[in-house]
Amino acid sequence: MAEAQALTKKDFKSDQDVRWCPGCGDYAILNCVQGIMAAIGVPKHQICFVSGIGCSSRFPYYMNTFGFHSIHGRAPAFATGIKTANPDLSVWMVTGDGDGLSIGGNHMAHILRRNVDVKILLFNNEIYGLTKGQYSPTSPQGLKTKTSPMGSVDRPMDPVSFALGCGATFVARTIDTHLKHMEQVLLAAAHHKGTAFVEIYQNCVIFNDGAFDAFAEKTLRDDKTIDLRPGQPMVFGKALDKGIKVDGWEPRIVPAAEADVWRSDTHSPGPAFVMSQMDSDPAMPRPLGIFRDVQGPIFDASVHEQIKRAKSAKGPGTLEKLIYSGETWTVK
Amino acid sequence: MTQSSARDAEMPLQHFESVVIRFAGDSGDGMQITGNQFTHTSAVIGNDLATFPDYPAEIRAPAGTRPGVSGFQVRFSSSDIHTPGDQPDVLIAMNPAALVVNIRDLRPGGIVVVNTGQFSDSDLKKAALTKNPLTDGTLSGFRVIEIDINKRVTEALKGTTLSSKEVQRCKNFYTLGLMYWLYHRPLETTIKWLEEKFAKRPELAEANKLAMQAGYNAGDIHELFQGRYEVLPCTSMPPGTYRNIMGNDALAMGLVAGAQLAGLQPFLGSYPITPASGILEALAAYKNFGVITFQAEDEIAAICSALGAAYAGCLGFTTTSGPGVALKTEAMGLAVSVELPLVIVNVQRGGPSTGLPTKTEQADLLQAIFGRNGEAPIPVIAASTPADAFDTAVEACRIAVQYMTPVILLSDGYIANGAEPWKLPRIEDLKPFPVKFVEPNPEGGFQPYARDAKLARPWAKPGTAGLEHRIGGLEKAHLTGNISYDPDNHEFMVRMRQNKVMGIRDSIPTPNVFGDSTGDVLVVGWGSTHGSITSAIEELRKKGRKVGGLHLRHVWPLPKDLDKIMACFRSVLVPEMNLGQMARLLRSEYPQQNIISYPKVQGQPFRTTELVKKIESLLEK
Repeated sequence: MAEAQALTKKDFKSDQDVRWCPGCGDYAILNCVQGIMAAIGVPKHQICFVSGIGCSSRFPYYMNTFGFHSIHGRAPAFATGIKTANPDLSVWMVTGDGDGLSIGGNHMAHILRRNVDVKILLFNNEIYGLTKGQYSPTSPQGLKTKTSPMGSVDRPMDPVSFALGCGATFVARTIDTHLKHMEQVLLAAAHHKGTAFVEIYQNCVIFNDGAFDAFAEKTLRDDKTIDLRPGQPMVFGKALDKGIKVDGWEPRIVPAAEADVWRSDTHSPGPAFVMSQMDSDPAMPRPLGIFRDVQGPIFDASVHEQIKRAKSAKGPGTLEKLIYSGETWTVK
Repeated sequence: MTQSSARDAEMPLQHFESVVIRFAGDSGDGMQITGNQFTHTSAVIGNDLATFPDYPAEIRAPAGTRPGVSGFQVRFSSSDIHTPGDQPDVLIAMNPAALVVNIRDLRPGGIVVVNTGQFSDSDLKKAALTKNPLTDGTLSGFRVIEIDINKRVTEALKGTTLSSKEVQRCKNFYTLGLMYWLYHRPLETTIKWLEEKFAKRPELAEANKLAMQAGYNAGDIHELFQGRYEVLPCTSMPPGTYRNIMGNDALAMGLVAGAQLAGLQPFLGSYPITPASGILEALAAYKNFGVITFQAEDEIAAICSALGAAYAGCLGFTTTSGPGVALKTEAMGLAVSVELPLVIVNVQRGGPSTGLPTKTEQADLLQAIFGRNGEAPIPVIAASTPADAFDTAVEACRIAVQYMTPVILLSDGYIANGAEPWKLPRIEDLKPFPVKFVEPNPEGGFQPYARDAKLARPWAKPGTAGLEHRIGGLEKAHLTGNISYDPDNHEFMVRMRQNKVMGIRDSIPTPNVFGDSTGDVLVVGWGSTHGSITSAIEELRKKGRKVGGLHLRHVWPLPKDLDKIMACFRSVLVPEMNLGQMARLLRSEYPQQNIISYPKVQGQPFRTTELVKKIESLLEK
């Protein structure tokens, strides 16, 4: 890209006041995404942010790109319509655990299976924020909230497992407090062809503060998380001395030298699924990074390919051809 | 392959102006195909016609039972007609259930053709009959033609490679052949259709042709009927090129044409639902016209994808029926708020809830006009006949793009599946309404909520430099479109959206009154009651009554000057297939008029005789 045209992070800041709570994890994500936009080199008028409803879904207002703040849970359908109408656009979708997995769970499943070329950022704060603190489909069992005063009896769902089950071609996880990691993951998502699904752990300072501290707190992070890097050994710990080895279907902690090499492109999403469920054992680290990255036929491209084929087989449609078709007769 | 034989020449040929045939059988008997073929052949030879398919919601209800009966009524005529007729002249009954369900509709003295091959004791039992209607007097007063079609088809197809089950599936074409003989119609159109339909299974094409020929010959050889009948081509139809068209197909073509006239790529987001699925199916086949069809995961995704596509610069469509509209309501509100063009088609069916999926009704009118949260005005227009669905769809597209608004287009099951000859418009008569998107980098910046003379906001396509802007369902500030919670701005914007939609009446004509323009009764209709109302008015005027008709295409906003038209009549009658929704609307808009509601909610269209009787009762007062 020519020097004169190079965009900076600042070019992607809109003129609207950002209205998230002070200290909200969303600020870090916004800042990171604005930086990524400058880095990927797509002109800002070719970018469109789409969202549903919720705290995270205010995101498009703060991006100086095209944006559509739609209705609760339906962002995947809007994004599919926009991307299919104009595949030249770079379409990004911002959603939350409630918007994307509760009211909009159905649409999320279908955009993932269709592999529409849309980048999805799911901000997971394990709580309903904009409605002021009710439990969400990712809240841990037992979480006390306004609507679960004795603790939630719902079993939570894991967004990464869900996305893998829907056949997503790119699935990753990152966290709002680890800017460098977030940058790497979002860049990989941006470059993926097809649907990219990124779960971002995001702290809600008001209603669920510290939800991720048990593994994400800076002094614990190295020992309590593992970064899944394709083609790299699965090692973790401050001294990178520990590793993960999968015996049969069961992952276990081993000395770093014995760690498996992580592959995100296996034929089956099985290994990624095993990783996504690993932390159900509290002794195991929480996996972050790239769970899955494979190529598949892309919905929007296939739609236009069929139109192209139909036009070349039947010739482009005209009003004359449309109306004066079938069996006609003349009255004189 | 018109048959000629010695007997052919001997048989007297009687002329009729108009004939109504109803084909009735089990839902697996192929009655819809049979009816459609008879219709198509009659269209090609130049009759005016109207059809009324009537079938159960179940694909294959238990064989032989009354709920499983599928019927197809076709009226063909040498003069202009507007309805498929109140009473069949001929009833084809493929089994006892079809006979007992339909016989009460047959004209006294009418012909009933019965397939006696399907009248065993167990067949009678399936139809919940304890006595055989062929012998218990049920059929007295009708001309009964008994044929063992099962046996005749088996004989005709002896020597083919078909299984006996496949042989029996050809029964409908035997029946069709018989009717072609009786009404003196050529077989060519159907032969051509069979050869195309079964191109990959020529043995099936051949078998059906044999069965049809056998039916045709049976009329000739077996002296089943006392004569043959002829309905001459309709000469009173205006000159032009015609084709036979079903409502759903015409509507689909109208949407494609509307997009072309606007210069836009059409995008349909839809989810299959009876009786609207035919539009999605038709549009999916128009890919060479650049039509994008997206079969969404549900009704909500269907409209949301279409609205997303509209944001991106396509002309968005979504097609559904009542239950689907209920699900789309929230997105319709968003379309009002973001002011993007979108056509929402509701092919109405019997409600509430799942209701009567395959039957017709007009009970979604007030839902269309008022059924959203907040002040969310949407213009509503309604198709009145199968062919009119084309023009109405084009009009829906025009309003959507010129006023940057969602538009609801109402059709119904009767229009969707009915067929009539369509006088094809001349291409040069279709007036384009090209869309102008905002140009890149406008001088002085870009305001997404500025207004033109029609109060429409500009359409700025993502991908255009210098127009980056955000839209959404939160209230917007005038001009900038930024989020605004300002009380005065909210009222300003609510009124702005309302005024924009009500301003559409400046672009629509006041409909013409047909029949008398002053007199005793004005019949105001909308939607698919058009045919019955027209026929009733014609009949009454022949008797010298002073009756006029007014049919509304634009049902919201209403056209101007309706009050002046209504004031020229003593009373205004509003027949509708609901409990009086249009009557209620007219009373609230024109409280000084004497408006009488005539509701019918049976999942069935009005009969002409019912309307004539009702209007006459008002004339006597």
